[in-house]
Amino acid sequence: MSDMDDMDDGSGIIKKFMFLNRKAPHGTVYALEGLEVVLITAAFDQDVSLVFTDDGVYQLMKGIDTKGIEVKDFSKTYRALEGYDIEKLYVDRTSLDARGLTEDDLIVDVTVLADDEMANLMAEQDVVISF
Amino acid sequence: MQFGILVNEGPYNHQASDSAYLFARAAIEKGHKIPRIFFYHDGVNNSTRMAEPPQDDRNVTTRWSKLAQDHGIDLVVCVAAALRRGIKDELLAPGFRISGLGQLVEMGIQYDRLVTFGD
Repeated sequence: MSDMDDMDDGSGIIKKFMFLNRKAPHGTVYALEGLEVVLITAAFDQDVSLVFTDDGVYQLMKGIDTKGIEVKDFSKTYRALEGYDIEKLYVDRTSLDARGLTEDDLIVDVTVLADDEMANLMAEQDVVISF
Repeated sequence: MQFGILVNEGPYNHQASDSAYLFARAAIEKGHKIPRIFFYHDGVNNSTRMAEPPQDDRNVTTRWSKLAQDHGIDLVVCVAAALRRGIKDELLAPGFRISGLGQLVEMGIQYDRLVTFGD
């Protein structure tokens, strides 16, 4: 990640980027490759929000152990997001409830939002990218 | 209006790249501009000139190349996603180039809309 400092498109424009994480952390590559885009966007000094919804809430679950499926465990990256000035993490309450999870099951501090609050937050964004 | 397009799925396996192509064509026909299309995840598989679909099927890759040539569209394939899947410079069809994710972020910053086609 050393190539990510001081990226700039030269325009000085700062837009609100929302990344919508909808998939479980493993089983498909979307969560892993999605995180790469999040980090690069932050390196461009954009206003980044992360939303975890549907099975995406599992990305933040404590106690992930990938030894049995022999794939990389990237869950510690979520803890490092603060170091990239990515501090707006939102989780959809309906998705948590549907999976029997609470904030205490998650590895990072998040803001839990109701459906209407989530809809309002989305409406404020300039760019929404869904993984 | 300027549209950026993000294609997240490979050809034939998933309709996302067909939909992205049809959207791009329709937007251009309506007078909109599509300066760049970015290929990510398995979407990078849209770029290989090694693909040989059956004669009676559409050729997704050559279709992208023609659209790019006709309308000056920059077809960008993510380098990290490409390397992971064996897509190299020497395999690229005309109009495609390999570059970094910064090219995708720039689309979000500079264009009026960024439209994602994926699963």
